[in-house]
Amino acid sequence: MSLKKITSHKMFLPVFCMILVLCANMIYDASQGSDFYEFFKVGITNGYLSGRLVNILNRGSETAILAVGMTLVVSASAGTDISVGSVMALCASVCCVILAGPAAPQATELAAPLIVGVLGGIAIGALCGAFNGALVAYLNIQPMVATLILWTAARATGLLVCNNLIVYVRNDTFGILGGFIGMFPTPILVAAIVIAAVALLLKLSAMGLYVQSVGINKKASRIAGLNSKRIIFLCYLLCGVCAAIAGVVASSRITSADSNNIGLNYELDAILAVALGGNSLGGGRFNLAGSIIGAYTIQAITTTMYNMKISTAVTPVFKAIVVIVIVAIQAPPVKAWFKKLSARNASASAKGVANA
Amino acid sequence: MSKSANTLKERKQMNSNTVLLLITIALFVVLYAAGCVAYGSKGFTNLQTFLNILRSNAGLICVACGMTCVMLTGGIDISVGSLVAMDCMLLAYGMSNWHLSAPVMCLLVLAIGLVFGLVQGFCVGYLEIQPFIVSMAGMFFARGMTAVISTDQLSITADVNQTFYDWSSFRIYLPFGGVPNRKGVVIMPYFGSGVVIALVVLVVIFLMLRYTKFGRSLYAVGGSAQSAAMMGLNVKKTQLKAYVLCSVLTSIGGICYCMNTMSASVSQATGLEMQAIASSVIGGTLLTGGVGNVIGTLFGVLINGTISAIVQTNGKLASSWPNILTAALLCFFIVLQSIFALLKERKK
Repeated sequence: MSLKKITSHKMFLPVFCMILVLCANMIYDASQGSDFYEFFKVGITNGYLSGRLVNILNRGSETAILAVGMTLVVSASAGTDISVGSVMALCASVCCVILAGPAAPQATELAAPLIVGVLGGIAIGALCGAFNGALVAYLNIQPMVATLILWTAARATGLLVCNNLIVYVRNDTFGILGGFIGMFPTPILVAAIVIAAVALLLKLSAMGLYVQSVGINKKASRIAGLNSKRIIFLCYLLCGVCAAIAGVVASSRITSADSNNIGLNYELDAILAVALGGNSLGGGRFNLAGSIIGAYTIQAITTTMYNMKISTAVTPVFKAIVVIVIVAIQAPPVKAWFKKLSARNASASAKGVANA
Repeated sequence: MSKSANTLKERKQMNSNTVLLLITIALFVVLYAAGCVAYGSKGFTNLQTFLNILRSNAGLICVACGMTCVMLTGGIDISVGSLVAMDCMLLAYGMSNWHLSAPVMCLLVLAIGLVFGLVQGFCVGYLEIQPFIVSMAGMFFARGMTAVISTDQLSITADVNQTFYDWSSFRIYLPFGGVPNRKGVVIMPYFGSGVVIALVVLVVIFLMLRYTKFGRSLYAVGGSAQSAAMMGLNVKKTQLKAYVLCSVLTSIGGICYCMNTMSASVSQATGLEMQAIASSVIGGTLLTGGVGNVIGTLFGVLINGTISAIVQTNGKLASSWPNILTAALLCFFIVLQSIFALLKERKK
């Protein structure tokens, strides 16, 4: 009975997957002849924190930031925002073009203060989010079809903004967002700030409650006096802002805006994070902490694959299979089948007891 | 009195659907005319330009027909672009490394399309997972598998496979509309085998949707799954079949696409799913299902093709413009659809 309690806990799926990945790493390390705790080693190399754990936390920042926005979108509208990867690319391009100024595409000095570029990128992200939100909330278009428009258009616009070039901003001030403060990786801090801000917003205001209520039943929430449309709109807006922050961090990492590659396949990672976090993709109740653990689990899977020398181009195959398996487990017919199976087991054991 | 009111109502209902199709055809004519006026000196008015649009979009026509069938049931399939890339890669790799003959490879590609569609259709129909999630996973799966087959840029030359090369260079010349080239030799307009395949697919799907039981059940399921089930249709099976049909047609489209490009790479056909969806939507297929026709889809493809032809003929516009314009058109038509839907609801 206690086992059932554990498996039905809302944090079971994300934590279980995380432990699974960690175990896989330990077994792999041990089989390769290094210490089994190799994965958890944290050291200081060249004055920076290093180690696989730090690496995963660092590299997983973008996915975690995206997962925050995606969780709200999934919860409120029962659909996903598949434009986040492209919006990342567009915002990175805008940010870099503002910062490079006339010296584009090869700038070493900032043409505008860092904050102007970053805010410019975030403003564009908010605009994209508002566009998606308006289509979904006010025009009643299916979320994934509405976001499909920006999925192609945003990346293409990003290329247009950059004039089909990679815009370099080789400047330490810009590089700090994706680099290090002291010996500590900045992206982890950025992700922590975003997560904390959204969590506080959800906790301190009734927003979290409203989002769930709209996700569970849009009509009933409206009748209860909530402005359902505005809440869905706000969720998409927030998702766009999250994508923009992730895009700026990603471009700062490589101190350039590469519209063709920034944020590529990130929409899958973000959706996978939400699904791994134990959230139903059908909307309703959400679990932000689960999504974030899910995001880092995905990064751990990716890093593990690199470690096992599996090509980057192949990783989507595994992720796609994981998504389908997780979603299939949550699907109503499969759940019903499981229930039937366990009921049959229970009745069989009851019969066994009666016979004895 | 009541009878005439009924027919009036019927006519009105038909109108709101045909209006979308008429807008599409008008848009195509306007776009093409604009291209002719702006780039008449660059040969846009030649019949060959139009045939070239057909030639380079033969694959897209097949894919979009499949997409229309899936969208009629109220679903969507965004895996088609990656599936085309996988088909091309498999064709190129199989012919150059396994030295298999062209018909065998084509059959293999079709078989893979069938299996792909079966899995997706099972997940959508029987497991009741959202079509978007299923096909998105399918999209990444197919793209990843393309990389698993090979990450190189492969090309199919006459040395690699003579049969396939002959298929792709097969040309049918029209008896009229010839234009003299720079040397003064009159070249008759022509089209290739891809166009023939695409038009055959188009006609077959058109007839199937109109006259077969399966075709009509696609509309019924899309219109209202519940009423379709009450009428005794097997909704799950119909959805499964729709996805299988879509993936098989995508594989046929992949072969056409490969005949056109004669090469394969991991990043091939990116954004094709978007073009296919846009073509269907522009052609008047409702995203909610139940309404649509492949004739509209054909015009949707032609509009897409005309946009890229205009951008290519201009030569100075950035290569990302076709993507942006297609997305803008898609947006315009989706908004139009939802406004029509809102009006209909208000009338009730």
